[in-house]
Amino acid sequence: MKKNSSLKSSLLSKMVLAPYSVWAVLFILVPLVFVAYYAFTDNSFHFTTENITRFFTATSVNSEGAEVHTYLLIFARSLKLAVISTVICLLLGYPMAYIISKASSRTQSILLTLIMIPMWMNFLIRTYAWMTILQDTGILNGFLARLGIDPVHIIGTESAVVIGMVYDYIPYMIMPIYSIMAKMDNKLIEAARDLGCNNVGVLRRVIFPLSLPGVVSGITMVLIPSISTFYISQKLGNGKFYLIGDAIEGQYVANNLHFAAAIAFVLMVILLACMALMQRYADKKVTVM
Amino acid sequence: MNKMNRLSKVYTALIMIFLFAPILILIVFSFNEAKSLSVFSGFSMKWYRELLRDSETLTSVRNTLVLAVSASAVSTIMGTAAAVGINKLRNKYMRAALDTATNIPMINPDIITGISMMLMFVFVGRLFGAATSLNFATMLIAHITFCLPYVILQVLPKLQQMDKSLPEAAMDLGCTPMRAFLKVEVPEIMPGIVTGLIMAFTMSLDDFVISYFTSGNGFQTLPIRIYNMTKKTVTPKMYALATIIFFVILALLLISNLSGNEDTRALKEKKRAQKKARKAKVS
Repeated sequence: MKKNSSLKSSLLSKMVLAPYSVWAVLFILVPLVFVAYYAFTDNSFHFTTENITRFFTATSVNSEGAEVHTYLLIFARSLKLAVISTVICLLLGYPMAYIISKASSRTQSILLTLIMIPMWMNFLIRTYAWMTILQDTGILNGFLARLGIDPVHIIGTESAVVIGMVYDYIPYMIMPIYSIMAKMDNKLIEAARDLGCNNVGVLRRVIFPLSLPGVVSGITMVLIPSISTFYISQKLGNGKFYLIGDAIEGQYVANNLHFAAAIAFVLMVILLACMALMQRYADKKVTVM
Repeated sequence: MNKMNRLSKVYTALIMIFLFAPILILIVFSFNEAKSLSVFSGFSMKWYRELLRDSETLTSVRNTLVLAVSASAVSTIMGTAAAVGINKLRNKYMRAALDTATNIPMINPDIITGISMMLMFVFVGRLFGAATSLNFATMLIAHITFCLPYVILQVLPKLQQMDKSLPEAAMDLGCTPMRAFLKVEVPEIMPGIVTGLIMAFTMSLDDFVISYFTSGNGFQTLPIRIYNMTKKTVTPKMYALATIIFFVILALLLISNLSGNEDTRALKEKKRAQKKARKAKVS
């Protein structure tokens, strides 16, 4: 009787897992195989490395008349803007997470709700809001004119794209850091103080190392969407700042699916490598602690 | 330590201004009489009236809700079943493989998830000789796929926290495994299922990138409609729409926060009682 029922229950647990297993293979793993398949084939599905080669070797002439590697330059630009945005998010978000974690529990829940509200608004709307602010005839310049300051030209520059990325993704930096800090044992900080550590020392030797897992997940949560975005750069960069996401989207719209897949494939491989490296680094730090 | 010092207060205020100024500006200008984005010329509701007359936007709202309800319902049922199965899985390699598969849609950038599914749908569609292979069904599949990990990751910890002897006891007392699952396990893991459902629903409502790549021409969700609206010259109709979305979100968050606070209050009281009991024991 008992054996029968445990047999039944193990069969049952296999049965409930079956739909998801099939689904995961069909719609998570197989599509990734298709990215590689499209990346390494031409329009009639014959094997070719041309798409990948094109990504690394295609050249074009830039505005100053010099010959540059088109896609490598786009990738470098995406990486640069994403790293700048991530660093700014970290610098602005870390103190905010710290302040929230030290507040009373009532204030904590209010501040967290406030930070989550923009996060729940669609990023298209948030980005669009900045477009209306930063436009040459927008609110910012209207405000500056009233103060008697000369108008500034921001829209269409790299700064505008960075502002948009920081605004859209900063909650994703604050939340994971906060959740690690909220769990941090206050006694460790008190102990460090008792043993003669000053405020800077406590921050550098106790709080920062302990919050590292939150920092790592915050960095991944900001870096990955900002490196692959295509809307922010189109709206705030006026389409001038072609990023890797724009390149993929552009090839998709032009129906060059094989080259779009090749760019996506390169991006995916690079991101996976970065993430594996970062994870290893974070693990090491934690075990040293 | 509980009180915030002045520097923290100023810093918090600056961050909040940064987060909310753009949204407030949108709200204010949604009531602007003129089309201008920098001069407020007078209060008017005309952009809201125009929005309500825009049948394309209204259809897209309906589409978004239909999609989010179906995707979150399917992914919650399949995800909960999957979590139950994963939790019982003894085979280490199977488990590692499933965990990796579950993590992929969460780690991969949306654009890659979207492109990868689109490529597969187009390829399969071509095999069957279809001219356009992207439609509501492909979008639903895509949404279910990116919602599933959120459901699984909410339900799995609840299953792990649950006392394993509870369903066993039920079965010893004559319950069939199915009955034990429905009557004992499901109520225990319900909070995880509900959070998973809410997360799946909001992820589906909010998604633009994956929908953009997997939707056909006929089916437009609200984020895709917003994208198309902001492509051309924009009327403040967009602001009216953003304002409505903002207040809906605000209301939902306030409701969920109020009920959440009750939970934490109950938890705190419980902790206080435990502390008292411990003190009594010591003395």
